[in-house]
Formats: sequence, C-alpha cells, structure tokens
Amino acid sequence: MSVVFAGDPVIPNFGQGSACERNNGWFCTDWLHAHWGDTLQPALVQHIELSLIAIGIGLAIASALALVGFRYRLLDAPIGVLADFLYTIPSLALFQLLVPFTGLTVTTVEIALVSYTLLILYRNMIAGLDAVPADTLEAARGTGLTRVQTFTRVELPLALPTIIAGLRIATVSTVSIATVAAFVIPQGLGRPIFIALDQNIFKTEILASGLLVIALALFADALLVLGQRLLTPWTRVA
Amino acid sequence: MPTSAAEVVFDKATKLYPGRPEPAVDDLSLTVPAGEICVLVGPSGSGKTTALKLVNRLIYLTEGEIRIDGTKIYDLDVTELRRSIGYVIQQVGLFPHMTVEANVGTVPRLLGWPKQRIRERSAELLELVGLDPAQDGARYPAQLSGGQQQRVGLARALAANPPLMLMDEPFGAIDPIVRARLQDEFLRLQQELRKTVLFVTHDIDEAIKIGDRIAIFRQGGKLAQYDTPEAILRRPIDDFVAEFVGADRALKALALRTLGELELGPPRDGPRATKDTTLRDALALLIDEHADIVAVTDADGAVVGSVTRDDLLQ
Repeated sequence: MSVVFAGDPVIPNFGQGSACERNNGWFCTDWLHAHWGDTLQPALVQHIELSLIAIGIGLAIASALALVGFRYRLLDAPIGVLADFLYTIPSLALFQLLVPFTGLTVTTVEIALVSYTLLILYRNMIAGLDAVPADTLEAARGTGLTRVQTFTRVELPLALPTIIAGLRIATVSTVSIATVAAFVIPQGLGRPIFIALDQNIFKTEILASGLLVIALALFADALLVLGQRLLTPWTRVA
Repeated sequence: MPTSAAEVVFDKATKLYPGRPEPAVDDLSLTVPAGEICVLVGPSGSGKTTALKLVNRLIYLTEGEIRIDGTKIYDLDVTELRRSIGYVIQQVGLFPHMTVEANVGTVPRLLGWPKQRIRERSAELLELVGLDPAQDGARYPAQLSGGQQQRVGLARALAANPPLMLMDEPFGAIDPIVRARLQDEFLRLQQELRKTVLFVTHDIDEAIKIGDRIAIFRQGGKLAQYDTPEAILRRPIDDFVAEFVGADRALKALALRTLGELELGPPRDGPRATKDTTLRDALALLIDEHADIVAVTDADGAVVGSVTRDDLLQ
C-alpha cells in the first residue's frame, strides 16, 4: 500500500534532520523552515487553485440550475434531489468511481469537488430567492418593473445574504475536502499529509498541513464575510 | 410641479376565476372623475381590492373594459401602464435593500431620468410627505417607523407625477393616531396635487373622511351604491348599505359639515365654537353643556352668529 498517490514521492530527510525530527516531535520548527519552500508553500498554492476552480465552476453550475429551478418550479425538486444524491456520496468513493473514466487527473478531483458544492449553493440560492417578501414583489410589479428587472434589481440582491451564506459553507467544505484530492493527484495540502502518514506518521508535517487547511478555510470565510458586508449594507442597519 | 389627473371608467368590468361560480367583481360600471378621490369600501370578499388591481393589470380582467382618459388599459403596454400609475399598498412593500431616496426614485430610474433630476425629485417628494431628505433619504426602510415607511411609499408612488393613484388600504396597518395624521396630510396633499385616486379601505369612517365619492361593495363583487359620502349617509340605497355605514350614520353625516357652512342666526349667548367646528362636535358640545344654542365665533374668538339645536339637526 505504498503507492496510493501518483508522482514522485518527496521524502523529507527523515532520520537525518534535527533531534526534533528524529524523535518525530509534534512541531519541529526547523523542519518547517527547511521545507516551507519546497513542500508546504507549493501545496498551499495548489490547494487554493483546486478550491477556487471548484467553487467557481460550482457557482456557475448552481446559478444556472437555480435560474431554471426558480423559473420552472416543477424542476426544483428533481434538481434538488440530484444535488442531494451527489452530496451524499462519500468523497473517497466518488474519486474511485471517477478514476476509471477521467483517470488520475485534476478533472477527476474537480468533478468531485464541484459535486459537493452544488447542493449547498443551489438550495441556498432557491431559499434566498423564495424568501423575498410577497409585498416587495407586488410593489415591484405594481411599480412597473419587468420580470427581468424584478429579478435583477429586487429578488437577486435580496437573496444575496442567503446565497453568500451558502457560498461560505461550500467554500469551507471545499477547502476541507480538497485535502482528499491527494488521493488522486499529487497536489494540494493533502499531499504532505499522505506522505507523512506513509513515513511513520511524521507529526510535524501532518500538523502543519492540517493547520494550513484550517487557516485557508477561515481566511476564505473571512473574505466572504467582508464581501457580504460590502455587497449588502442594508443587512447591518436597525 | 405640473398637476395632472385622469378620468377612470369601469365599463361592465367583470373578474371571474376559473372554477369559481361567483365573480370576484361583477359587472362593475362606474366613472371616477379626474382629480377626485373615489373610495372603494366593503366587507372582506366584496371584491374591492380585486377591482383596484384590475386597473394596473395586476389582476387580469375577464370581461368588460377599463379606460383611463378614454384609453383602454389593454391597449397599453403593461409596464408603461404601471409606471404611469402610482401604487401604494398596505404592507408598503418598500425595497429593503435600497435607501429611502433610491426607493422614491424607482420609477424615474425605470423611465431613464438623469441622475441629478432623480435626486432632486426624491428630495422634493420626501419633503412633501414630511420627511427630511438629507437625513432620512440615506436611511434604509428598516430604520423607519411604520408611519414613516408609508410616507416613503406614498412618495415613491408620486415620483413620476402619475395622473392616477391606486391605494390599497394604505393606512390599514398603522396605529390610529398616526393613521389620522396621515389621512389629514394626504387630504392636504391632494388639495395641492389633485390626482385621481382610487382608495381601498374596509373602514367606512376612513371612506367618509377621505372620499369625494364612495363606492360600497357587497359580497359577490357587486357595487351596492356609488355616491358622495353625504348622499350615502343620508340616503342609503338599501338595508345592506344602511347597515354597513352604521346605525350612527346620522351622526356621521353631521361630521361632514361645519358650522361655517350653515346660515347663522344673530349672535347670541351660549357655549362657544369656531366656524370650522363640525356639526357633530357642535351637537356634542350642546349635549355636554345642556344648552340649546351654540355661539359661533371666528378664528379670533369674536362671536359672529349662532346656531340652534334644531338648525344642527336639520
């Protein structure tokens, strides 16, 4: 079971490093200094890339689905069930299922990651659009807004807080699940974790990578909160 | 501000809903002269709100026609029609994500007015409805009281100076004291603007106070009586109308006129009341004071004449 991941294994100089490394200490700062540049930083950048692509594509697909599901209400339930189904497949199983078709590629990873964003994004979009008060909509119609204007100027902005709430959950979970991508391709913060697991469970590397995943998730979440505050100033009054 | 008003004609207007045998509005014919307030009043389910929403085509007319200044409403583009009609609803329906100023500027923006003109118009209207453009204009609806929100709703409806206003129980959700003040201010505004107004309420007292004419609806979307408040109070056409306007309709009729409108007798002694006191209040004064004669004064308090109890009750 030594090759669960593809590509060249980057083996840290296990057994030759500092005393901390040799004793498999919890947090060897000298290892971190030595391997930030060749291990952690590239993994972090890849992790950000994997997550951004997944969220971007997920957002695009979920938006398209939400437009359809909102306009044609009969389709809302089937789309929701499909998204439910995708969401409930365990990620490792989904990777395994996809590999025969798309191989050990970024595509495999992204298909899986995108699948997990759809449910949360889609459901929150529909919920946000549905929650627009009836009297606001009547006023919009009565005032002479067309159907499209009502959507773009009233329904969409009012749904934004709920949509962004969904985006926050999807982002955090994508950042987290992207760790498992290393099961398929030698990329992302999952890779150093897998390598460390394979080498007598090197604690420092696991801990450092894990903390980076958490920090990235929190940072992305904070950015979205900031974005929401800028986009929806009316939610902070009264 | 140029004033404009449109005549509204319901011509055998009928609204049927599929699967329901009774029409929601049944063969309604009535003419609202330009510049007048017509109050549609009646119990729930009498079709008054449906009749109102037929005019801006929020509800589709089944039979008959409605004309605004002679033009059939179905000959017009629906969004253009709606933009030319001010619409005020009970729940106000302000756009929560827009500032007060942006709310008021909704229709002018849709009509493509230049930004500067929209700003000026919003400020002008906020002032007109008793709000402070500098302070309240930048706020969001959630920061306003219910009464203030309805003022904004009225300003938004007036923004493009529409010749016709549809008002669906606009003061219905507001507490009685603020409601009375909004009614007074609305009447004062109307003195100035002279719009044609269709105004729905279930409150007969509001109808009497606000309306130049009142259309009383009964169950089944039928028009029971269409007349001036005075005529409806003095000559209800049938038992339904008599009961709807209330057993105290004689008193309500007294509230419609003031002492100044009567022919005054020579100045005499008695409890004093100014010329703009309603006959109803004058009668209450006589009852309170166990008197038979009211001494009528001008605004400065000088007695200019008198009215007897019999004069009041005639």
